[in-house]
Amino acid sequence: MKVLVPVKRVIDYNVKVRVKADGSGVDLANVKMSMNPFDEIAVEEAIRLKEAGKADEIVVVSIGVKQAQETLRTALAMGADRAILVNAADDVHQDIEPLAVAKILAKVVEEEQPGIVLAGKQAIDNDMNATGQMLSALLGWSQGTFASELDIDGDNAVVTREVDGGLQTIKVSMPAIITVDLRLNEPRYASLPNIMKAKKKPLDEKTAADYGVDVTPRLEIVKTSEPAERAAGIIVGSVDELVSKLKEAGAV
Amino acid sequence: MAVLLLAEVNNGELALDATAKAVTAAKALGDVTVLAAGASAAAAGEAAAKIDGVAKVLVAEDASLGHRLAEPTAALIVSLAGDFDHIVAPATTDAKNVMPRVAALLDVMVISDATEVVDADTFVRPIYAGNAMQTVKSNDAKKVITFRTSTFDAAGEGGSAAVESIGAADNPGLSEWVEDKVAESDRPELTSAGVVVSGGRGVGSEEDFALIEKLADKLGAAVGASRAAVDSGYAPNDLQVGQTGKVVAPELYIAVGISGAIQHLAGMKDSKIIVAINKDEEAPIFQVADFGLVADLFDAVPALTDAV
Repeated sequence: MKVLVPVKRVIDYNVKVRVKADGSGVDLANVKMSMNPFDEIAVEEAIRLKEAGKADEIVVVSIGVKQAQETLRTALAMGADRAILVNAADDVHQDIEPLAVAKILAKVVEEEQPGIVLAGKQAIDNDMNATGQMLSALLGWSQGTFASELDIDGDNAVVTREVDGGLQTIKVSMPAIITVDLRLNEPRYASLPNIMKAKKKPLDEKTAADYGVDVTPRLEIVKTSEPAERAAGIIVGSVDELVSKLKEAGAV
Repeated sequence: MAVLLLAEVNNGELALDATAKAVTAAKALGDVTVLAAGASAAAAGEAAAKIDGVAKVLVAEDASLGHRLAEPTAALIVSLAGDFDHIVAPATTDAKNVMPRVAALLDVMVISDATEVVDADTFVRPIYAGNAMQTVKSNDAKKVITFRTSTFDAAGEGGSAAVESIGAADNPGLSEWVEDKVAESDRPELTSAGVVVSGGRGVGSEEDFALIEKLADKLGAAVGASRAAVDSGYAPNDLQVGQTGKVVAPELYIAVGISGAIQHLAGMKDSKIIVAINKDEEAPIFQVADFGLVADLFDAVPALTDAV
């Protein structure tokens, strides 16, 4: 079985984002970029499927600017077999919307015929939480979102999902789109020899036009602003003072 | 303008708080029709009809809709979509599972976690875990939106909308439910609780997390945890408050032994009053706290539990 894993290049999760002064977006120039953390979990899961003999090839794909090549090389260094870069934007500040990404991925799936697509549940930049569900809709495949456990057994996969108030387990028919949540696994670090090897692994370059997909945004970004700041509070000296302040505020 | 609102229905019961908050957001867009879907949904539909501002309720009862599976629920919504300009839901995990699927089937973008309605086409939503707010204007013919419930007040009761039964759409039969493991608790639900007490890495162990629970029980509060506490195994993941967990906005949020990583702040900074108890006076949590107490939590929390 072939596994397809879409990966996204995003601001590193440890970097504090800065809104540009003109309100046009978040500053992405000269900022450390990394693979979306949820996508790392998806890559790791694919590698584990391969190690368990349930998958024989892992193809990673990234859609965006040419710099996403670095993200793909990271996935290759972790253990993916080959990569596809879909150039869809020239400006690092242009985010390709989940709907357009899902349409391109649907074409990649048509070509590659994977048995499963493992995707991060959301990207930590636009926080849309949509691409996997949209891809599943476009392909007419089953979906198992927010997976914290995955067990593939022939024609079906049993997926335990992180939902409000607890866990839900469902059985989905294969082929399926699975979006992964944090607790599924802990991604490995790429070793130096593997980073060197990854440089020789195949990386195909395509464009959105090759797939006939229009990536014009449906959502026009009117402005980006800083979130409202909280007014500074006070430091209290004791538990008693805290309790009396809370009583004054009507909080207890 | 007509709005279709997917009610949050769990095992036949309406999740009133989440649904009523989404109604508040939806009312600004037009007449609200609520869809209550489930294996049993009639009681949920009756409850939704009483929410102020609901013009009509559609009840779809079918075994295929019983466990909030994405494929049959999305198929049902798409079959109804023709009559509506906006298709909305509270931003629960169920809705986030279903609504992007609906949007793609309608060839429109989804707008997730909207926190403000500017006009019928324009919405504000957090990006980068709430570290920036983005105003987006949709150019799509239909808008598919989930509303972050913590930023809207619940609509009151007093409505008396007409209730109509409808059939389910064809079940694509792609998935089946196996089981739900609901976290058993007498405490209020985390995302709708008026008071939340959360513990962080500073609590130190699963056993000592009982300190957090005792304070919560005294206050009638829900229990939360930081990602660090969850990763350390002190608390289960469904208690996680933050970017990668639940977003809460209670009247009172008490953060105990939590340093205040960006990812945690994203999940609680809209709380009305924030209290921070931490022995490290440099902890970033104090920058968002209304009341900070620099103290050893093992002394302060039992004392606070006795005092309230």
